Amino acid sequence: MADHVEIARASGWQIERRHPGALQRVLSALWQFCRRKPLGAIGGLIIVALLVMAAFAEGIAPYAYDQSIRNARLRPPGSGFLLGTDNVSRDIFSRIVYGARVSVTVGFSTVFLATLLATTIGITSGYFGGRYDLVIQRIVDAWQSFPFLVIVLSLLAVLGPGMLNVILSLSVLVAAGASRVIRGATLTVIANQYVEAARAIGCGHLRIILRYILPNVAATIIILATIGLGGVILAESALAFLGYGVPPPYPSWGAMLSGSGRTYMYTAPWMALWPGVAISLAVFGFNMLGDALRDVLDPRLRGTGGAVR
Amino acid sequence: MIRRYALKRLLVAIPSLLIATVIVFSLSRLIPGDVVTLMMQENQYAQSLEEMREKLGLNRPIYLQYFEWIGRAMRGDLGESLYSSRPVLQELARRAPVSLELGAVAVFFAVLLGVPIGVLSASRQDSAEDYIARSGAILGLSAPGFWLGTLVVVLPAIYFGWSPSIKFILFISDPWGHMVQFLIPGFLLGIASAASIMRLTRTQLLEVLRQDYVRTAWSKGLGERVVVLKHSLKNALIPVVTVLGIQIAQVLSGTVIFETIFGLPGMGRFLFDAITERDYPVIQGINLVIVTTIVTVNLLVDVVYAYLDPRIRY
Repeated sequence: MADHVEIARASGWQIERRHPGALQRVLSALWQFCRRKPLGAIGGLIIVALLVMAAFAEGIAPYAYDQSIRNARLRPPGSGFLLGTDNVSRDIFSRIVYGARVSVTVGFSTVFLATLLATTIGITSGYFGGRYDLVIQRIVDAWQSFPFLVIVLSLLAVLGPGMLNVILSLSVLVAAGASRVIRGATLTVIANQYVEAARAIGCGHLRIILRYILPNVAATIIILATIGLGGVILAESALAFLGYGVPPPYPSWGAMLSGSGRTYMYTAPWMALWPGVAISLAVFGFNMLGDALRDVLDPRLRGTGGAVR
Repeated sequence: MIRRYALKRLLVAIPSLLIATVIVFSLSRLIPGDVVTLMMQENQYAQSLEEMREKLGLNRPIYLQYFEWIGRAMRGDLGESLYSSRPVLQELARRAPVSLELGAVAVFFAVLLGVPIGVLSASRQDSAEDYIARSGAILGLSAPGFWLGTLVVVLPAIYFGWSPSIKFILFISDPWGHMVQFLIPGFLLGIASAASIMRLTRTQLLEVLRQDYVRTAWSKGLGERVVVLKHSLKNALIPVVTVLGIQIAQVLSGTVIFETIFGLPGMGRFLFDAITERDYPVIQGINLVIVTTIVTVNLLVDVVYAYLDPRIRY
């Protein structure tokens, strides 16, 4: 297509070209994505709903998350309360809406930190290679040898529970795994001739990394971050379930399934149902979107018929 | 050739394991001071700060502490539990078999479900079955294990008046009951791994099915069963072997949750209790045993991988 334009220009033809606005281009790309990857689009919708819930919890939730409603103990879903009430007469729907905040905050902060760390480590390790790479990779190996729950719980035992510590310890672990993949992508990119050309015209390391490598591994980073978000939300809920998440009474989906409420679940099964549905849906959304993005953005997988990897 | 590869792989594993031990060692050195005071007041692990420091081995230069600790660990001395005053290794030896059984059941179910569904999904690519299987796999990866565990304990109790026993049955007292009690938690623990294995089997098989030799097999007029199961699956399954190493780490994570929900006295439960009791020698000991196990398993998996696929060289 570009060749045609060049030829046309060289021979003096007039070409009528319309420049679509930026918004129009984004919308059209989005529409293309939705048509090609309906499952990914559903995932995207779930994520948008999650973000809206977290951002406008006050407006969406009919009650405050810690408000005990008079004469409304252990009400089943539908009886004036969309998802029922719990053993201390709190509206479960409202608590789930507020709980989205914990998942979103922990998820995005962890993935943001982890991505920064993983990108720095992954790109430098792949780019500089040699002894630096060897040492870094052994450290990454070491971190990856721990089962996540075992090492994160142990770290929290030392650092103490709380949101910040959960975010910090999870991001180290997520970064270790992600840096490995980014390093791999970097190795593929630096084998290209344009990197060699950049070096030949005298570009410094920083310029090569920022202008030549980073844009070309960006797709990998975006995919890793999307799938990572689902994983982190799942991990946070598991930690909260075990009592090492955000301290009560602030509702976290994982914590809603544990603690004193567990004895009441036998008479009020809805207490056991909805928080799990919320976690599963959120993680499902990120996984679906991540898979679809991988098919669309990662050229190495193009032509494999949208194989899920 | 394979021996040289194994040796090289071992040389890579040793520094990684050493770094991992440094991480484990650093754990108890990161304890904030007020927690140590808490350990003395709440848990009465020591009378004075001096005694506490001695019990945690903090009263020596740090590098000496590390070498002493690692040296003792190599001789099988992981220290004493602050809570029960019993040797950590002895406590672990009692609990490890429980986790091992649970993990084995989980991996069994993971392979039993993951491989056949993956094969079906790949050989019927883009059909309704494929979509259902793929969505099911993503669902399996998305549903938290502790939630599924909770539902399995709660729902049958409400609707059928039955619930899985959460009282541990010893093998000696009732061998059959002992085995059966692992089925439900093992199955639930295996779901996430089954989903990963299914996805990997599917992609690998799809790749192999596009190879020339498979086209040759088709054009010879062989049936689908022979082409898929005999010619393709063997090659597709080689990379699946390597994820088993990763799955073992995942399964060990899950034991913390499932042993807690189903009342199984294994290593995961032991770790959780130790964390609640701030029993740092136990936390360190469990981490050390687990990380050594995983590094060894990964080493073995890689060597087996190289053996199965002669194209792989380090």
